[in-house]
Amino acid sequence: MAEPASFRVSGKGRLGSKGANFTFDGASYQGVEGDTLASALLANGVHLVGRSFKYHRPRGILSAGAEEPNALVNIERDPSRKVPNVRATVQEIYPGLKAVSQNRWPSLAYDVGEVNNIASPMFSAGFYYKTFMWPKKAWEKFYEPKIRAAAGLGVAPDLPDPDHYSQRFAHCDVLVLGGGAAGIAAATAAAESGARVILCDEQADLGGALRFEAGAMVENKPAWDWAQEAIAKLAANDRVRVLPRTTAFGYYAQNFVALAERVTDHLASPNPGLPRERLWQVRAGRVVIATGAIERHMVFADNDRPGIMLASAARTYLNHYGVSVGRKVGVFTANDSAYQAAIDLKKAGTEIAAIVDIRPASEGDAVQQARALGIEVLSGHAVVKTGGRLRVSSMAVRSVNVGAERVIPVDALLMSAGWTPSVHLFSQSRGRVAFDEASQRFLPGTYAQACVSVGASNGTDRLEATLEEAYAAGEKAAKETTGGTKSAARPAGVSGEAFAGGMLGTTPGAENGTTVAAFVDFQNDVTAKDIRLAVREGMHSIEHVKRFTTNGMATDQGKTSNMHGLAIAAEVLGKDIPSVGLTTFRAPYTPVTFGTIVGHAKGELFDPTRRTPIHPWAEAQGAAFEDVGQWKRAWYFPRAGEDMHRAVDRECKTVRETAGLFDASTLGKIEVVGPDAAKFMEILYTNPWEKLEVGRCRYGIMLREDGFIYDDGVVGRLASDRFHVTTTTGGAPRVMNHMEDYLQTEFPDLKVWLTSITEQWAVIAVQGPNSRKIIEPLVEGIDISDAAMPHMSVREGRICGVPTRLFRMSFTGERGFEVNVPADYGQAVWEALWAEGQKYGACAYGTESMHVLRAEKGYIIVGQETDGTVSPYDAGLDWAIGKKKRDFVGIRGLKRSDLVADGRKQLVGLRTKNPRTVLEEGAQIVANPREPVPMTMLGHVTSSYWSENCGHSIALALLQNGRKRMGQTLWVPMPDGAIEVEVTGTVFFDPEGGRLNG
Amino acid sequence: MRKYSVFAIAREAMRGHKGWNEQWGSPEPKSEYDVIIVGAGGHGLATAYYLAKEHGVRNIAVLEKGWLGGGNTGRNTTIIRSNYLYDESAKLYDHAVKLWDGLSQDLNYNVMYSPRGVMMLAHNVHDVQVFKRHIHSNRLNGIDNEWLTPEEAKEFCPPLNITKNARYPIMGAALQRRGGTARHDAVAWGYARAASARGVDIIQNCEVTGIRRSGNGHVTGVETTRGFIGAKKVGVVAAGHTSVLMQMADVRMPLESYPLQALVSEPVKPAFPCVVMSNTVHAYISQSDKGELVIGAGTDQYISYSQTGGLHILNHTLDAICEMFPMFARMKMLRSWGGIVDVTPDRSPILAKTPVPGLYVNCGWGTGGFKATPGSGHVFAHTIANDNPHPLNAAYTLERFRSGRLIDEAAAAAVAH
Repeated sequence: MAEPASFRVSGKGRLGSKGANFTFDGASYQGVEGDTLASALLANGVHLVGRSFKYHRPRGILSAGAEEPNALVNIERDPSRKVPNVRATVQEIYPGLKAVSQNRWPSLAYDVGEVNNIASPMFSAGFYYKTFMWPKKAWEKFYEPKIRAAAGLGVAPDLPDPDHYSQRFAHCDVLVLGGGAAGIAAATAAAESGARVILCDEQADLGGALRFEAGAMVENKPAWDWAQEAIAKLAANDRVRVLPRTTAFGYYAQNFVALAERVTDHLASPNPGLPRERLWQVRAGRVVIATGAIERHMVFADNDRPGIMLASAARTYLNHYGVSVGRKVGVFTANDSAYQAAIDLKKAGTEIAAIVDIRPASEGDAVQQARALGIEVLSGHAVVKTGGRLRVSSMAVRSVNVGAERVIPVDALLMSAGWTPSVHLFSQSRGRVAFDEASQRFLPGTYAQACVSVGASNGTDRLEATLEEAYAAGEKAAKETTGGTKSAARPAGVSGEAFAGGMLGTTPGAENGTTVAAFVDFQNDVTAKDIRLAVREGMHSIEHVKRFTTNGMATDQGKTSNMHGLAIAAEVLGKDIPSVGLTTFRAPYTPVTFGTIVGHAKGELFDPTRRTPIHPWAEAQGAAFEDVGQWKRAWYFPRAGEDMHRAVDRECKTVRETAGLFDASTLGKIEVVGPDAAKFMEILYTNPWEKLEVGRCRYGIMLREDGFIYDDGVVGRLASDRFHVTTTTGGAPRVMNHMEDYLQTEFPDLKVWLTSITEQWAVIAVQGPNSRKIIEPLVEGIDISDAAMPHMSVREGRICGVPTRLFRMSFTGERGFEVNVPADYGQAVWEALWAEGQKYGACAYGTESMHVLRAEKGYIIVGQETDGTVSPYDAGLDWAIGKKKRDFVGIRGLKRSDLVADGRKQLVGLRTKNPRTVLEEGAQIVANPREPVPMTMLGHVTSSYWSENCGHSIALALLQNGRKRMGQTLWVPMPDGAIEVEVTGTVFFDPEGGRLNG
Repeated sequence: MRKYSVFAIAREAMRGHKGWNEQWGSPEPKSEYDVIIVGAGGHGLATAYYLAKEHGVRNIAVLEKGWLGGGNTGRNTTIIRSNYLYDESAKLYDHAVKLWDGLSQDLNYNVMYSPRGVMMLAHNVHDVQVFKRHIHSNRLNGIDNEWLTPEEAKEFCPPLNITKNARYPIMGAALQRRGGTARHDAVAWGYARAASARGVDIIQNCEVTGIRRSGNGHVTGVETTRGFIGAKKVGVVAAGHTSVLMQMADVRMPLESYPLQALVSEPVKPAFPCVVMSNTVHAYISQSDKGELVIGAGTDQYISYSQTGGLHILNHTLDAICEMFPMFARMKMLRSWGGIVDVTPDRSPILAKTPVPGLYVNCGWGTGGFKATPGSGHVFAHTIANDNPHPLNAAYTLERFRSGRLIDEAAAAAVAH
């Protein structure tokens, strides 16, 4: 049974009373609904939460938000729902939540890896570039595996993710990023001015800094209450969408902003219908960036012990979660805002050991208030070290100008070096930041997109000014996008606290020349001295410093560390900050789950699956399918007891003996229409088209500009101004693009229109000596006799009562037809043809038999015989080039010296000496099989099959000077010996071609 | 140059690491150099190093517009392999792989070359044909590359999803065991330090704004933002910006520049043992020594000089990664970025003399240049020193785009690198 949480402060905080028990490293604790894991642990007095990356130093909770570098845990909902590196400051608890600490062994309190800390003087920045090189093999075999095992933080999930993720696309007039006071005000003003608004915030509760800024007032009431009323009003407005737990993580071109919404990670038993997370892709008319500011820590010796945290975090834990972070709390600050934390804690009954203020004596409001409460204020002092192992136990304080150290016991130490405006998303929008000398911070400078920064992210410190700025921005954005003129009423009675001031870089005691461990980047264990070392070693660009030390490269991406790192580097370089530069802010703002970006695109939905109208029939017949591009194509139709080879042997034999049906629907089809259609075809294809008679077909070759074959296919002329073009299955989209590209950019004057008709027509190839008999009874209105419809002709008519474009053509060398029918009738017509075919013993055949049959005839397949380096001459297709043509795409390329040189690879046939041996496709060809490696390769096998019709294996190959090598004996070297082959012509079956009309 | 070793670190550890020197100097430009290399990326720095080390050139400068190693050298996914199809490519990239093996010792800088194996997945019959063609060709060229069944592939890379009901089931894989990764920044820094130690002036924040020639057309130097600097020879090694620089000498380059994006996950304990690439599903992945999954894919469709890209490209990339490795869907993307890749018509580089005497160019590495860094620098140094290409880069001319004697690996593989 969990102990009651003893650091819970009664009367403080805004959570309810509903308990939620959870475990951390196996121990049970009591939390309250609405707690983050961090607030719940602190409520139980637990500060030790993790171990650092490199030195395995004990670490606690630094922040109360997304900038957290230290408190990272593994959350395990069940074995397949583990998530590493979850920020305890963001994860909300639910009853039964199981959190486990990371990067320690055997336990968080006793971690063997802590030995790295003892040896830390050895592990200076970039030390690994200087060692682990001897002996040479040891890097790969010994050092690297050890380093890998020590690095990393959490453990990656090892089971497929069972959750689902969804995606939404949205448009709005005004997108407001950040739901603090500024964001709420901007959204309110925009909504009241008539705009459609989306407001998102990364926290569960909107309110931003108002979560801790207890003294702020709006409308003469606590600003928090004003904010909650405003949010309720926004949520009730149907033109406004309020998205809590939603992080704007990427700002892309043209006001395209990506948001990640956490939907179920805070729920005990989520509805399985809900996505775990949701990606919002928003296109906004205007974007208001109200992302606030992030408090910096102080850089002093041993500033990383558990219990040392940001002042605003402690204040958030107190005012929002009702948790005191300690019993005796010290403060180390360089600005006024941290005083408020001490004041609030003191008022809540927590002892304040002292406020150590690095600034000279000040008598500002905050100081006076603190003194009035009896808090000791040590102005002009610094914390120079801390004590404690698993939790801070003391701070050593001295005057900034040397002097005796005084050790003060504490169990928590709050720090504030000032506030860094969150310009991440502004910078991602390609806006340029400008350094403000007076306040020593980077602020939005030049804008690149239609957006505006307001509030703390724009360097506006006080609530009064923030609200004025945000209202004006929201109103202006609404007016610009909607054209409206309505104004929004401004709230009265506004007063806030002071957030200005602070420092960058190290504090006294950690200055240049000291060797203390003053951490700049907690997670990656980058200390001030590491940054100085990097500069000493010649890393003078901030990008070099970052990469050499890894400062700012941890999971928090430097939200608290970058400015300190920059200042320390600038100091040693003797330069001012802007001339050292700033590293680029990159998306995502905080880490985003892969699954959120993937959405539903997995498994079947990873890529669309294209199926032909005849697919269900083939499936019912037990066909095996292969992937060709996005298509599923019937590969072969095995009968009982047949493997692929047997099935293919039978199919090939049947086609040549009687007939076969083949589903050719996947072939790309493009209709080229218009008065200039023939002219356009002349340009795009090597062949002549002007004189092709209506009703005739021609095999066309398409080249790229470089003269190499790009695509091929049979083209039928349906009318003088209409061509039915077919392409390869895989090539259909790019051929269409290629055609459109030329039509739109090179020949816009031609009156031609292109339409993709791939999906509109189902294509059934009926091939074999009995093909005409099979189709004859079903065809209406077309004379399909040899005399009326010779090989390579096309007719329009009807089949089975539906319209058809009937092609007389062959990719098998047999008499053949390709029956095009509207796709909806594809299966019915196929079944009718199948029924007719049965009378003649015809079979259905798949792509594998199609390949064998065409290879027997030496017909090429673009992409198999050709690979983008093969010209029509190489492929033996000289005849397809219009000799009298003066222009076509690729004609100049074809004339280049290397394309007409001797010694090019040419398409030939190969016969193996042993007729049973089937060569491997892709195997290389050599003249001398005994030549030592590297061997002189003459070419390669492009296609190779067993041919049942020929009774021997057949192969096609691209071979250097191939056509001059007819009859030569060459060798195909394989790992287990070379195979003897003879160079032949490419046609293995019916060389005279009589069967086309047989 | 002070030698790096564990003993040197131990000595320094005892005195607060105060004794380390700058890894490379920050000299003021001299008035003239024998050779100026424009571009301090990996290729440019390697060129300078080998010019000094192997060709005895004493007076060399490397000029860099920004910070050294800040272009594609510091932005790529660090994959190293040499299982290319054509003799010209296989030999050039294998020359690089041989130099990778031993580079840490040569430079006295741990570049963390890690030959963990590069596995390329075949998802359809066409992939199988293409990979087998590579494997046979590689074998006869003496380059390791072997065929794995789906089960063998899974044994080599346990996270792999080889179920038959995947959208694109895996039919096998080609594995080059000597392939792997290296630490990209260390490559730039290691070459910079070693070159600097041999007297090379590395001048950062120095942008070249013009190329000056004499009356007979020979290069005489470069105009820069820090004034004119004379040079007997100039080698341009500026990746995506090569076209702009070469235009200054009236040489038109057959290059197009595209954004290419990559991303890393949050760091985790070892979860991925090798490099896996898939051209059909289209993504590649490895895990860095730090524990981040390093992921990349194809270029954006449009030419651009902006070092960023669209979310939809990352979307497709992560779709592919989670399809092959469904357990990574709960991992988180930590950082994404873009680089500019310079692409030639045949997707192979240009490493050559130019029509301008004394001007040399090394560019066009597209999406695959990191792996070639040592080999590229080595043969380019030879080309500049001898005013004549090394046998390994003799084919990588500018003229090949006129003659048609292309080295089209992309076409041969029907994919980008």
